[in-house]
Amino acid sequence: MSGFKSTERYIASRDLEVAVNAAVALQRPLLVKGEPGTGKTVLAHEVAAALGHPLLEWHVKSTTKAQQGLYEYDAVSRLRDSQLGDPKVADIANYIVRGKLWDAFEADRPQVVLIDEIDKADIEFPNDLLLELDRMQFFVYETRQTITAKHRPVVIITSNNEKELPDAFLRRCFFHYIRFPDRPTMERIVDAHYPGLQRDLAREALTVFFQVRDVPGLKKKPATSELLDWLKLLMIEDLPAEALRSQDAKLVIPPLHGALLKNEQDVHLFERLAFLNRRGG
Amino acid sequence: MFAQFVLALREAGVPASITEYLTLLGAMRAGVADYSVEDFYYLSRAALVKDERHLDRFDRVFGQVFRGLEAAAEGGDGGIAPRDLPEEWLRRMAEKHLTPEERAQVEARGGFDKLMETLRQRLAEQQGRHQGGSKWIGTAGTSPFGAYGYNPEGVRIGQDKSRHRRAVKVWDKREFRDLDDGVELGTRNIKLALRRLRRFAREGAATELDMAGTIRATAHNAGSLDLKMVPERHNAVKVLLFFDVGGSMDDHVRASEELFSAARSEFKHLAFFYFHNCPYERVWRQNQRRRDAMIPTEEVIRTYGPDYRAIFVGDATMSPYEIATPGGSVEHWNDEPGATWMARLLGQWRRSAWLNPAPRDEWGFTQSVGMVRQLMEDRMYPLTPGGLDEMIRELSR
Ligand SMILES: Nc1ncnc2c1ncn2[C@@H]1O[C@H](COP(=O)(O)OP(=O)(O)OP(=O)(O)O)[C@@H](O)[C@H]1O
Ligand SMILES: [Mg+2]
Repeated sequence: MSGFKSTERYIASRDLEVAVNAAVALQRPLLVKGEPGTGKTVLAHEVAAALGHPLLEWHVKSTTKAQQGLYEYDAVSRLRDSQLGDPKVADIANYIVRGKLWDAFEADRPQVVLIDEIDKADIEFPNDLLLELDRMQFFVYETRQTITAKHRPVVIITSNNEKELPDAFLRRCFFHYIRFPDRPTMERIVDAHYPGLQRDLAREALTVFFQVRDVPGLKKKPATSELLDWLKLLMIEDLPAEALRSQDAKLVIPPLHGALLKNEQDVHLFERLAFLNRRGG
Repeated sequence: MFAQFVLALREAGVPASITEYLTLLGAMRAGVADYSVEDFYYLSRAALVKDERHLDRFDRVFGQVFRGLEAAAEGGDGGIAPRDLPEEWLRRMAEKHLTPEERAQVEARGGFDKLMETLRQRLAEQQGRHQGGSKWIGTAGTSPFGAYGYNPEGVRIGQDKSRHRRAVKVWDKREFRDLDDGVELGTRNIKLALRRLRRFAREGAATELDMAGTIRATAHNAGSLDLKMVPERHNAVKVLLFFDVGGSMDDHVRASEELFSAARSEFKHLAFFYFHNCPYERVWRQNQRRRDAMIPTEEVIRTYGPDYRAIFVGDATMSPYEIATPGGSVEHWNDEPGATWMARLLGQWRRSAWLNPAPRDEWGFTQSVGMVRQLMEDRMYPLTPGGLDEMIRELSR
């Protein structure tokens, strides 16, 4: 079966390929979870590219309502227009603002819809989309229209686990948990992003990176995205691999560590540990 | 044969449903799995497991069942073809293990799923009440499960008299241990509790019409209506959490930590601190690394203004000395008694409450609980959805 596959740009494990292809084949949403920065959002882009479909991105915030993905009725504008005597006002359809799902449903070719960080929204959000995602249709009360998907979109949903999702919702999805890449996989990811990177710099950098991740008590462990940022900085600064090597395999503060450790407390913790190490050695 | 697998999963506590089973069959038919065992494993995992916490259980079951499947395929016996519907196997299983009367009972209670669900809840509740657990769920007459037996090896559905029949295991021993942690009960409760917390966090959240503003603007417009809205006052509530860590409290701490973490994004500010039995001159930032992440209580008081609400989570069960006397702490030498520190904390955060995971009717048996309650001016609530409600009502005043 063709479909989504690991590419030069995006390293997908076989289980992820299978999960994506299952979701595509059965036209069900794919729920993707995993540590921040492990490529959940980028996945949707890659799936769209692999299938040759356009991508519609719906980024969810804590205030996002499910209805906004369907449509919103802009009553305030209408009221204002009526005060101004605008003839537009007679037709309520002028005040229906389409959401991402409406766009996806009405499109002339299949789309990939990304619902990013669904767990940011209110707990009712997923429940409010059950029917729409199941049947791929909804009803517009104001204009008495039923909007039905011409082509069922491929729906990719990401979650950072801030909230539990309702069972009824989960039952309708395929699920994939992106495990944090092991070292060989990470090497391939790095290679995908920076094909020209010096071998020994990459090797040393990855060693330091996994060492940093191993420090217990970090508030935010650096993930793929931090590693990639950091590598870019190292390249810009043209640092030699030796700069990353510590003589006695002890923890030292890596150069340009700001790209790896985003949290002030983590930096402090790290400095303290590195200090203790130096003293202890 | 896949049916057995799904059943085995459910037995292992992975809540796979018929819908998902059918989805899996559909995907098999669509050729997603490429007829390799590895792909079949990935596909069934993506279809049947929806929570990473269940992945390990899935793997265990997969291993077991697959060994069995291969054996069955060779023997040519007992293998169920994928086209067999799960309803079928549910029914068959029921036929195999239940008497007609029992089947009728199961139906009357909303079917097998419902029964399992209720049983599970009962179990969890009972585990919560008596450590170690009693051997039977309810007794005839007081519980709808009077007729169903439960033993540590699993759940047996059947009248006592039919004890010779093979037990239908719902959990093997390990899963049962999970349950003992209150994992199931926790998550179930947490969903309820979360809703309440969210409401708390979102006090006055909705967009409102700004009456005064609208009138002013409309007048300014010479009578043309100009609606003004008040922006959503989102996530206005600031909360400090103090968790009691150590010993008997750890499970509850984890549950309530999970609860508040889940609600984290809802709160404008939410900070976690840890103490042991009673807060003294320092608290911890991190549960695991106590020694590294200590912080003076004074500093916490200086950092967080009186607009914060302080919530303490603990069973308040300790020796009275730990509250009342200098040096009473079990962990270190405290110059000032816990009560003094509590008074300081409560002086800074007038709106505060204590959540106690122990049931309310047990509080009276422990002197220290009474002392803490007095310090809290009675604002102690049980760590249940209802107790949370009470607490929120108090803190919202
Ligand atoms: N498997 C991969 N192959 C190639 N690049 C990857 C892979 N995983 C992650 N990346 C890179 O890591 C970065 C972060 O990815 P992305 O933003 O998709 O993560 P995320 O999981 O959505 O994070 P968050 O939870 O913070 O939103 C991107 O630059 C992406 O290209
Ligand atoms: Mg993302």
